[in-house]
Amino acid sequence: MSNQSRHEAETVERSLDSTLESVDYAEEITMGVAQRAGFDEDDLTKIGMAVRESMVNAVVHGNRYNANKKVRFSVSKNEERLTVRISDEGEGFDYEHLPDPLAPENLFRSSGRGIFLIRSFMDEVRIRRLDPGGTEIVLVKHMVSK
Amino acid sequence: MSVKLNTRQVGDVSVVDVAGRITLGEGSSALRDTLRDMVTKNHKKILLNLGEVSYIDSSGIGELVSGFTSVTNSGGQLKLLGLSKRVKDLLQITKLYTVFDVHEEEASAIRSFA
Repeated sequence: MSNQSRHEAETVERSLDSTLESVDYAEEITMGVAQRAGFDEDDLTKIGMAVRESMVNAVVHGNRYNANKKVRFSVSKNEERLTVRISDEGEGFDYEHLPDPLAPENLFRSSGRGIFLIRSFMDEVRIRRLDPGGTEIVLVKHMVSK
Repeated sequence: MSVKLNTRQVGDVSVVDVAGRITLGEGSSALRDTLRDMVTKNHKKILLNLGEVSYIDSSGIGELVSGFTSVTNSGGQLKLLGLSKRVKDLLQITKLYTVFDVHEEEASAIRSFA
């Protein structure tokens, strides 16, 4: 891979259906951009997982598989970072007061680890409510100078 | 299908060979159904062979935890075999690695069941 392609800015934007197929699609698109950005295997795995978890949250918890609601997805890269934005049209949730999945009382829960994993894998994670509705999550992975 | 499951008996231990991706949807559902079925049929010693699992997401981890809870509550044991680095790292990050009895080699895993 040439240095030129690695540093070329690139953006992909899609409006996706609220389906599990969209989760796979978003992961696939992101992997392509991240590979062209030059991330190593370990970072690619982490980025893919964070995108997957974010898309599942949007499709399942945000839009609740509603065929009339879309997930807006974008992934972009430049010399400094890879940025993924995912937004749903759901009712929102209290993202500032999520149960800690590592707390002993939560360890055996069957769910609730998604956002924790996203924050573990990405360098920056920002969540915000959208106006008039929905939630957006922004994931950032910094490029490492080689 | 994103995941393939094959169940075999080694003495009184039920080994479930799992291959593929354990993710939300077909993958996690298949694992859940298999473990539920085994609990219903009173399997007490279950070894999940995850050596061919290429990918697991938080839903897949949730099914491992649910399965562990169900089997344990029914008086049985559920253990894990052959974790890849990726799966092992995930279980460590989520502080679940020490919850499960994890083995790297099948024969010793079989022997470890009480």
